[in-house]
Amino acid sequence: MSLKQTPLNAVHREMGARMVDFGGWDMPVNYGSQIEEHNTVRNSVGMFDVSHMRVVDIRGAGTRAFLRGLVANNVDKLKEAGKALYSCMLNPAGGVIDDLIIYFLTEDYFRIVVNAGTADKDVAWMQQQAKECNADCVITPKPELAMIAVQGPKAWETVWQVLPQAKAATEKLKPFQAAFVGEWMLARTGYTGEDGTEIMLPAAEAEGLWRKLAAAGAAPAGLGARDTLRLEAGMNLYGQDMDEDTSPLEAGLAWTVDLTPGRAFIGRAALEQNPVKRQMVGLLLLDKGVLRGHQLVQTAHGAGEITSGSFAPTLNRSIAMARVPVGVAIGDEVKVEVRDKLLSARVVKYPFARQGKALIALD
Amino acid sequence: MNIPSDLKYTASHEWVRVEGDGTVTVGITDHAQDLLGDMVFVENPAAGRKLKAGEECAVVESVKAASDVYAPIAGEVVDANSDVEASPELINQDAYGAWMFRIKPDNAADVDALLDAAGYKAQVESEAH
Repeated sequence: MSLKQTPLNAVHREMGARMVDFGGWDMPVNYGSQIEEHNTVRNSVGMFDVSHMRVVDIRGAGTRAFLRGLVANNVDKLKEAGKALYSCMLNPAGGVIDDLIIYFLTEDYFRIVVNAGTADKDVAWMQQQAKECNADCVITPKPELAMIAVQGPKAWETVWQVLPQAKAATEKLKPFQAAFVGEWMLARTGYTGEDGTEIMLPAAEAEGLWRKLAAAGAAPAGLGARDTLRLEAGMNLYGQDMDEDTSPLEAGLAWTVDLTPGRAFIGRAALEQNPVKRQMVGLLLLDKGVLRGHQLVQTAHGAGEITSGSFAPTLNRSIAMARVPVGVAIGDEVKVEVRDKLLSARVVKYPFARQGKALIALD
Repeated sequence: MNIPSDLKYTASHEWVRVEGDGTVTVGITDHAQDLLGDMVFVENPAAGRKLKAGEECAVVESVKAASDVYAPIAGEVVDANSDVEASPELINQDAYGAWMFRIKPDNAADVDALLDAAGYKAQVESEAH
């Protein structure tokens, strides 16, 4: 099967990207040095092609009511136009079908951004649920939109340099808020732990914007840097840190689940029935080496597993997110099975780094 | 592709240089470091360790992935480069300068059976398809 391509595929190759198969998409993993790209985003400005992610528009008078039952977070928190909400969409067993961002645009128009690898499954699920509850709304995937994430402390000044017409509409955006500029939507969101924006725009206009941003100093950054940035920022990656068999309550996402009495949403009953036995924690490797996903963690309270691990360029150390038994506490020392060795790691509270700075003690 | 003609190679992307004293120096190729990306961890075998040909004996880890390094020939480890353990990025900067370990071969002629530069180039090209 041939790989799917974003509208920027040829430009990535021209800019020297190393391309990889990312869930069926031909995507840039880096343009040379992943660590340099990571540091550029922490210290200056980088840009990512995230056009493989899928925008799904939902319109109709019944949209809010439909979303209330569809996702685990509470869309009634969305009051101001442009405001965004991060949520999980659960199956009846309380497992995570996907994590997504919902933008409230008008009372009859919400926009959702879902992960690339789960997009088809997500849309099918949404349509099935809408049908079953006779929801008064229409669900429309928008594959004709591209998305470029501009991230880093200089992200906005770079965007405004390239798009001066967007400044008035976006300079007062709060985090997790979006505004339209013509057909383009600029959201103050991202997946790096830095300030910045994710710009959704027609696919045909993506290359022009990418080149202008590059000329203005935004460094192209690949999925490799995106992964180390989000790991340092303590943000979950779907398929790695949680999936259909994982409860959000055991994936560090309890803060996104609104269990206010009387609220009904798919998966709620299962969440309330199943005892929470595991928790997400951060690990800082004390020995030399690199923590990786699927490595086993030995604790005084039983075994756990690393869900995401890597070298953290901002900290110059190896870190991980791990699912471990409830009872393991911040500050505990645990052992991680790395090949034929047991390495020592300290349990820490994540995020590990955001806004250019380490947030954990390294000694 | 940077494949010096005076070195020998393995299909698993190690390079081998025969030294004047009969020992052989081992590292990973420029192609291997390019595939792995930014190096962040190197673990070399200890001096004195006896290696069989093809045995896993060292590890290199980039941000992206961990990769085993194999003994190109049988022999005893006589030296390991602590500089690349302290600064793994040296391998990215100069894969053929940043050697990893030295072996005293059990049989000096074993080196002759390794790939030459042309053979290694063909091997890399076949992997790209």
